[in-house]
Amino acid sequence: MSTTERLIPDRLRSPMEQKLKSWETLLLLVAIAIFVANSFASPYFLNAWNLSDATFNFTEKAMIAFAMALLIISGEIDLSVASIIALASTAMGAAVQMGVGTPGLVLIGLGVGVLCGAFNGLLVTRMGLPSIVVTIGTMSLFRGISFIVLGDQAFRGYPASFSWFGQGYVWWVISFEFVLFAIIAVIYAVLLHKTNFGRAVYAIGNNATGAMFSGIRVNRVKFILFLLTGLMSGVAAVCLTARLGSTRPSIATGWELEVVTMVVLGGVSILGGSGTIIGVVIAAFVMGLVTFGLGLLNVPGIVMSIVIGALLIGVIALPRLWSMWRAD
Amino acid sequence: MLTQPGSNAPPKDMPGEPAVLALHEVTKTFPGVKALSEVSLSLYPGKVTALIGENGAGKSTVVKILTGIYQPNGGNILVDGKPTPFPVPQAAANNGVTAIHQETVLFDELSVAENIFLGHAPHNALGLIDLKTMTEKARALLESIGANIDPDHKLKDLGIANKHLVAIARALSIDARVVIMDEPTAALSHKEIEELYDLVESLKAQGKAILFISHKFDEIFRIADNYTVFRDGQLIGDGAIADVSEADLVKMMVGRDVSQIFPERTPNVGDAVLSVQGYAHPTEFDDISFTLRKGEILGFYGLVGAGRSEFMQSLFGITRPSAGAVEIDGTPVEIKSPADAVNNGIVYVPEDRGKQGAVLDLPIFQNITLPSLGRISNNGFLRLAEEFKLAREYAERLDLRAASLDTHVGNLSGGNQQKVVIAKWLATHPKVIILDEPTKGVDIGSKAAVHDFMAELAAQGLAIVMVSSEIPEVLGMSDRVIVMREGRIVAELADHELEPETLVRHAAGI
Amino acid sequence: MLKRLITSREALLIGAIVLLLVLISTRFPGFVRPANLANVFNDTSPLILLAIGQMIVILTKCIDLSVAANLALTGMVVSMVNVAAPGLPMAVILAVAIGLGALLGMFNGILVWKLQIPPIVVTLGTMTIFRGTIFLLSDGKWVNSHEMSPAFKALPRTDFLSLPVLSWMAIIAVILFTIVMTRTTLGRAFYAAGGNPHAATYAGINVGKTQFWAFTISGALAGLTGYLWVSRFAVAYVDIAGGFELDVVAACVIGGVSIMGGIGTVAGALLGALFLGIIKNALPVVDISPFWQLAISGGAIIIAVALNAQANREKGRIILKRAEHAT
Repeated sequence: MSTTERLIPDRLRSPMEQKLKSWETLLLLVAIAIFVANSFASPYFLNAWNLSDATFNFTEKAMIAFAMALLIISGEIDLSVASIIALASTAMGAAVQMGVGTPGLVLIGLGVGVLCGAFNGLLVTRMGLPSIVVTIGTMSLFRGISFIVLGDQAFRGYPASFSWFGQGYVWWVISFEFVLFAIIAVIYAVLLHKTNFGRAVYAIGNNATGAMFSGIRVNRVKFILFLLTGLMSGVAAVCLTARLGSTRPSIATGWELEVVTMVVLGGVSILGGSGTIIGVVIAAFVMGLVTFGLGLLNVPGIVMSIVIGALLIGVIALPRLWSMWRAD
Repeated sequence: MLTQPGSNAPPKDMPGEPAVLALHEVTKTFPGVKALSEVSLSLYPGKVTALIGENGAGKSTVVKILTGIYQPNGGNILVDGKPTPFPVPQAAANNGVTAIHQETVLFDELSVAENIFLGHAPHNALGLIDLKTMTEKARALLESIGANIDPDHKLKDLGIANKHLVAIARALSIDARVVIMDEPTAALSHKEIEELYDLVESLKAQGKAILFISHKFDEIFRIADNYTVFRDGQLIGDGAIADVSEADLVKMMVGRDVSQIFPERTPNVGDAVLSVQGYAHPTEFDDISFTLRKGEILGFYGLVGAGRSEFMQSLFGITRPSAGAVEIDGTPVEIKSPADAVNNGIVYVPEDRGKQGAVLDLPIFQNITLPSLGRISNNGFLRLAEEFKLAREYAERLDLRAASLDTHVGNLSGGNQQKVVIAKWLATHPKVIILDEPTKGVDIGSKAAVHDFMAELAAQGLAIVMVSSEIPEVLGMSDRVIVMREGRIVAELADHELEPETLVRHAAGI
Repeated sequence: MLKRLITSREALLIGAIVLLLVLISTRFPGFVRPANLANVFNDTSPLILLAIGQMIVILTKCIDLSVAANLALTGMVVSMVNVAAPGLPMAVILAVAIGLGALLGMFNGILVWKLQIPPIVVTLGTMTIFRGTIFLLSDGKWVNSHEMSPAFKALPRTDFLSLPVLSWMAIIAVILFTIVMTRTTLGRAFYAAGGNPHAATYAGINVGKTQFWAFTISGALAGLTGYLWVSRFAVAYVDIAGGFELDVVAACVIGGVSIMGGIGTVAGALLGALFLGIIKNALPVVDISPFWQLAISGGAIIIAVALNAQANREKGRIILKRAEHAT
């Protein structure tokens, strides 16, 4: 033990200072700016029911995005999430035809999600396959099974009590989905930022070998993350199916890209190792507000996708261009 | 006797021929770091110049400037005395400068011939790569350095030593006047090193200038004609190797007299802690058995590639052995993963600190607590105050030098990074600590601190396994030494049998 | 040498394709008639063209998810050019298609090279931007068959030596890029930059610039395919070839291209594409619902990547003498 007491300070910058200079703060400013711009652009924007409707644009995707954020921070990715929704929804639809009630339907939806996540997780952690390829494969496989079952048909006839998960309101304009979104956000924020598990996720994303050499069970953590992503896709499947009231095999097509966009926009490094849940929450609102605002201006959905795509590249490119310009 | 430190004098020509390649007052800065400060260096035809310096002295920066990978911020590269910038690697090659890099930097999926000629392959009249000519030239080149390698084979089918020969052939494939060898013997066996020396002699005879980067004094005195010493990015001295002694060079390197002194220890060896029986692996090691006692430092000596690290990593649960049993305190344990090893009190400080030892992009405190998260948390929820307390306790115990505990480990010096890795493991209260090349890449000042600390830990009753390829370290620290060769234990030597010659004889099998 | 040839990935894939054809012919012998196989090849030609480009991109440790959107955008632009100026010679149309496709690819490449944005993020973004741009250009309307000039529609179907031009385009691309990949400095640079970027830098290869050229080639091929696609189906609209980028990646993975970079051949991409193309064309004739196609290609991707991983599994260092002799 050293005799001279030479205390190393815990931190040089306070956590508050770090937060103020963070990506999340910048993103929050963007969100506020969009909110203000929208309220000027359309008289219909600042209406409680309209705003409440707008949340449906992102709540289901955001639920998946939280789990996806952890997965991407750990250095993996799951592109099969939208196909898991399709398969879970198809399974629920088939169960409806057999007369299964609402509780059973929810269990089936979540169960299929978890199973799909486990399948991805096993292929990645047990067989050591790259997750991007595995999940491009399961993306085709899961949705493919839906197509085999349904073809060009649809499942309908969901019980009225089931539709509450997608259409119900808890209080005034606050929908069940929005409450669920908020609860899940808090759970994931705590899981990532306040637990041993979350710490292991960051360590793995920064240096999986180093984490393994430090006694972290890397494969177990990654497997759990795939399970969670599958589970959240199952939750989203329940909400979306309940909201739409029907299942087609093309349900939620392209969502995987929107979910990944949301995560990256939220400041999660696609290379792994860094990111926060609050960032993803703000990114969800940004994407929801952009979609809603442009919708009020009668801009078609496909054009919104240009904005989302440009946002995705722009938010990463602009800071880099700025620092290159300053370096010159 | 020596030029003044930081000499600004232009490279003075030695008697005889003028320098073919020289650096003149070259400066290179990176954000926040001055890697080179007005250094000069001259290379002469038919002469081997040794570039000597500790890690971080600026040797690799010099190599990267001379091969066109980095651009200097000030000063000139002189080719035949004329200032010549090397804006891209191709420019260096065009001026006849070629390098054999530290790691064998080649391409597994390409053929041997393609590896040799990548970037300057012969073309036919249509502008396509002339495969036939390329193969023939490659074959001739390989034969000229005495390598019996089929140029059509894919590189990935070759062993380490042959890959190294391909790297040398690649370096010689351009009509080089200057050959840079960056620690070329680091991964080679005794026999291969001798062959490399022969090659260096033949290159000298052809009139090529050679820059030889090494930290092994025996080889410097054996093959170098001139020396240049760097310290902290500055030129400290240069001259003819015949005019200096090893002690002079060491003094220039570290800036003070260092006779490597190892801590005095009175071994206080207790009961057996770890017992390994018949550990084996299909390709890496076989029949490893030994016992380790409390308070003992057991050295593992051998040549690079003798299977020591591979065995240690297997003992730590990284790779599964095909046979073998482990007992801790007389109780059989099964180790299937590093987590199992840590739970059973076995921890491992790896040689590759950046990849395996530390998570460089995480702060110090998170690195230290990474294997001990269970102890600083409550039902899985982290308690930040406890975390900082634990991290600070071990950071101070190891006398860590850092601006704050949330400094990223990647921003620390090699010595302090090593302290973080050791602190991380001590915080788990291990019974056995395995240190793999504990002072590799650690500056000389911190080396002594690491050695002192090892002695202190042993005195407190920790059982230590030390893998080391440095004979003074093995001799100075170990109570007992196991020598490995080609994956097997070939000798076990007690303290009184420890002589450098004995170790080398067993390790090399002569 | 022979042993290496037989155990190569391409040989395995040829074996799988032959087996597949044999199985199909037991149910429907007509499928393996040369004329029908030529049809299958023609139908698979767009996939082959795109898979070659994607293979080169993946070689350099990147991925291009924007190829299908690039195809659709270029297809729409050349259709509109054709509607506006029906008299333009086809050479100009082809040049516009390849040039515009290459430009779009360069845009991806610049972002990856100069700003070092991860390729998956770049092409995810440009994919939606390209699709949206089609809508802006066309106002959501279709360019229909009757608006296109006869010459515009006829080119891909024109027979030459009893094969349509579309097929010839794929054949030419296979030959051209086999030469480029094996016999040019740039071709070898793709392998080097993806196989060992660090070493590539030392060998004087600019890794970012090499990736830029990979995206440019992928874009140019996507542009060419864009014209071939809209002229063959005689229609252009926002959603053509939607999701086709995944088929393209699938063809590469099945063809043994390693997503980690540095491993892959033009022959592999060709065979991977053919494998998928045969399945797609065979399903209806052997009386399996075409709805099975997606699941089958998903399953094929997973099996292929698992097999590749087995083959490329890192073996431990060989230290023991007996192990050295055993291998």
